[in-house]
Amino acid sequence: MKVGNVVGTVVSTINIPLLEEHRLLLCDVQDVAGEPDGYTICIDVVDAGMGETVLILDEGNSARQILGLETGAIRAVIVGVVDELYIDGELREVI
Amino acid sequence: MQLARVLGSVVATEKAEGLEGVRFLVIQPLDKRQEPVGGTVVAADAVQMAGSGELVYFVSSREAAEALPVRFVPVDHAVVGIVDEVTLGVET
Repeated sequence: MKVGNVVGTVVSTINIPLLEEHRLLLCDVQDVAGEPDGYTICIDVVDAGMGETVLILDEGNSARQILGLETGAIRAVIVGVVDELYIDGELREVI
Repeated sequence: MQLARVLGSVVATEKAEGLEGVRFLVIQPLDKRQEPVGGTVVAADAVQMAGSGELVYFVSSREAAEALPVRFVPVDHAVVGIVDEVTLGVET
């Protein structure tokens, strides 16, 4: 899993059926210094809000397990909203 | 999943088994501000209607094949949606 920040939304009407039921959020992925290191478009299952620091799962089998699916082209899912983040024993500011 | 711009299509008559009827697109991956990042890749078109110039999003690796009718096929990128709108909020 990765720590990231919700920075945007993606709206799409033409897509594979599986994605019609889900909200898509664009998330920056954080590196160890807390700086953005790429991004990923995620399915949101925890109702994360804009700007929030979140936990991103980026693995297909786990993603399908969370959504209760046997098959499906999904990988990135927001699985948690981060309350506190400690790096080297220091509390990192989260939104 | 990442954003990409469709640049063109690839036609191949001889293909691996299971890929019959699958459309292939040449796509340019984009960063979140829709600027090109990295080289172009060929992706299967799972929505069957993405065309040149369109903003799409795609899934990579094993999950790409999951988007297609035959699931166990040699595909590593698949376009899974056409983007209507990207809204960027706060910057981090």
